[in-house]
Amino acid sequence: MSPNAHPGQEAIIANGWFQANRWLISRRLSQITILVLFLLGPWFGWWLVKGNLSSSLTLGILPLTDPFVLLQSLASGHWPETASIIGALIVISFYLIVGGRAYCAWVCPVNLVTDAAFWLRERLGLGGASSLSRKTRYWLLGATLIMPVVSGQIIWELVNPVSMLHRGLIFGIGFAWVILLAVFIFDLFVTRRGWCSHLCPMGAFYSLLGTHNLVRVRADNRAACNDCLDCYRVCPEQQVIRTVLKDAEKGIGPVIDAPNCTNCGRCIDVCAPNVFHMGLRFNNKVSVETSHLDRPNHSSGVEVL
Amino acid sequence: MKDSSRSLSIVALMSLGLGVYSKQSKSLPANALRPPGALEEQDFLSACLRCGLCVRDCPFDTLGLAKSGDDINVGTPYFKAREVPCEMCDDIPCVVACPSGALDKSLTNIDDARMGLAVLFDQENCLNYQGLRCDVCYRVCPAINQAITLEHRPNERTGKHAMFIPTVNSDHCTGCGKCEYACVLEEAAIKIFPLTLVAGKADDHYRMGWEEKQQHGSSLVAPDQQHLYNLPSGQSYDYDKEGLIFEENSSGAAQ
Ligand code: SF4
Ligand code: SF4
Ligand code: SF4
Repeated sequence: MSPNAHPGQEAIIANGWFQANRWLISRRLSQITILVLFLLGPWFGWWLVKGNLSSSLTLGILPLTDPFVLLQSLASGHWPETASIIGALIVISFYLIVGGRAYCAWVCPVNLVTDAAFWLRERLGLGGASSLSRKTRYWLLGATLIMPVVSGQIIWELVNPVSMLHRGLIFGIGFAWVILLAVFIFDLFVTRRGWCSHLCPMGAFYSLLGTHNLVRVRADNRAACNDCLDCYRVCPEQQVIRTVLKDAEKGIGPVIDAPNCTNCGRCIDVCAPNVFHMGLRFNNKVSVETSHLDRPNHSSGVEVL
Repeated sequence: MKDSSRSLSIVALMSLGLGVYSKQSKSLPANALRPPGALEEQDFLSACLRCGLCVRDCPFDTLGLAKSGDDINVGTPYFKAREVPCEMCDDIPCVVACPSGALDKSLTNIDDARMGLAVLFDQENCLNYQGLRCDVCYRVCPAINQAITLEHRPNERTGKHAMFIPTVNSDHCTGCGKCEYACVLEEAAIKIFPLTLVAGKADDHYRMGWEEKQQHGSSLVAPDQQHLYNLPSGQSYDYDKEGLIFEENSSGAAQ
């Protein structure tokens, strides 16, 4: 087991329960609010938002379209109508600001499923991670864009757990719960953070939007790190933290600018010495105060999965 | 390297499975109809984003989105005429709502929609074919007397009545499904099928003589000239007016 049985314990003691959970709470609120907005129509007849995450219309004027599904449609040989192109451009601009994979942490309904699987996995102490490469998702992304070219139809949407779950909740789920169950079991027993951090081509697509986005988690206070490892243990994409936290000596700036950081902010929550905060990507310089060249480096033993 | 070949084989396996599944999911059951203005099925599957905006804007709850487990490409809109037919809204809200172009915006007159084609396929059970006057399909048809007409035919059973045979005219049938919905029989005798199943198509090179003649103003084949009929003596043929003429005093005149 890692040093702390419950990551975030120290942060709660140091900063109080709310402070140590505020990003997680806001994230759940965001996920649930978005879901509820879509459900107000079918449940109560309040049609503020129609459609689903693939494409929707808000208040009768704001079109939003998932650029990933639109790209699949393009790849299959269809030139889409203006409404969906505008919708996709709006969505793209939004994520260019807040971070591509903020979609994964703040919007995607499957995150609720995989976070639950992760929570249970930790509770049950299930280890034995399979060594699936995190790059697999990019191969899969490639496949989801080549298959439509070959077959002339949108193929990934036949099984995409994200649209299956979201559409299912709004329009009726049919047998799609089987796919969600498979994702849950995969994450629980097979690979730690298996779906979202290794396989999901949608996450891979949004990560590409996140290569230059504005909002970023920063470790400006990294000198205060006490090597408790809590941030590694809660982060779904641990590999993004390491160099930023530890390699100030090597001239690595304090901005976590790896595209796969989901901007979930959980590292901010669980860090007792408040190393992290949400900020912008600019000013990524190594400042004098943060580079503690004399600090012993405890990070050599960190296992990055 | 080992890592990436592993990922690659996982992805290749998943793609193969998906490829097979997608072939299967291209098929559409014969009683599932696409909304008005839907592109031809293959193009539709490439265009539709599975958003359900058409479903939401249909005031009659005609349309539904296929769930996984239904035998229809998952997430795509469809309707079944026997359950809820299309009411052929003048403003075609489903087409207006579609953000992707899967429902073609160039459809502005609902009478031009071709969601399918009605076929009165069970003549043994249709009441009108028994000589009765049910006429229900004919009466509910929004294009009454155009898409369905009643053709008269002698009733050979009674020997003295007429039968009124509901006859679908594909020029006008939009495939809305009101006839199938309304057919009084336990199982409808008239049904809507996708055009791909029931619509015939004449070869492109076929020309109907009478149409060409009308367009052109006169016959397109060699100008009228005396036909060289091999007629018995005493008979002749007047091409313009009378046709066959039996010449007077002829021994071969009328029997
Ligand atoms: S034309 Fe009207 S009734 Fe028919 S599918 Fe469209 S919205 Fe529904
Ligand atoms: S509105 Fe258009 S894109 Fe959306 S489900 Fe209907 S046909 Fe498909
Ligand atoms: S409604 Fe049915 S039974 Fe009546 S005439 Fe039409 S097809 Fe025949």
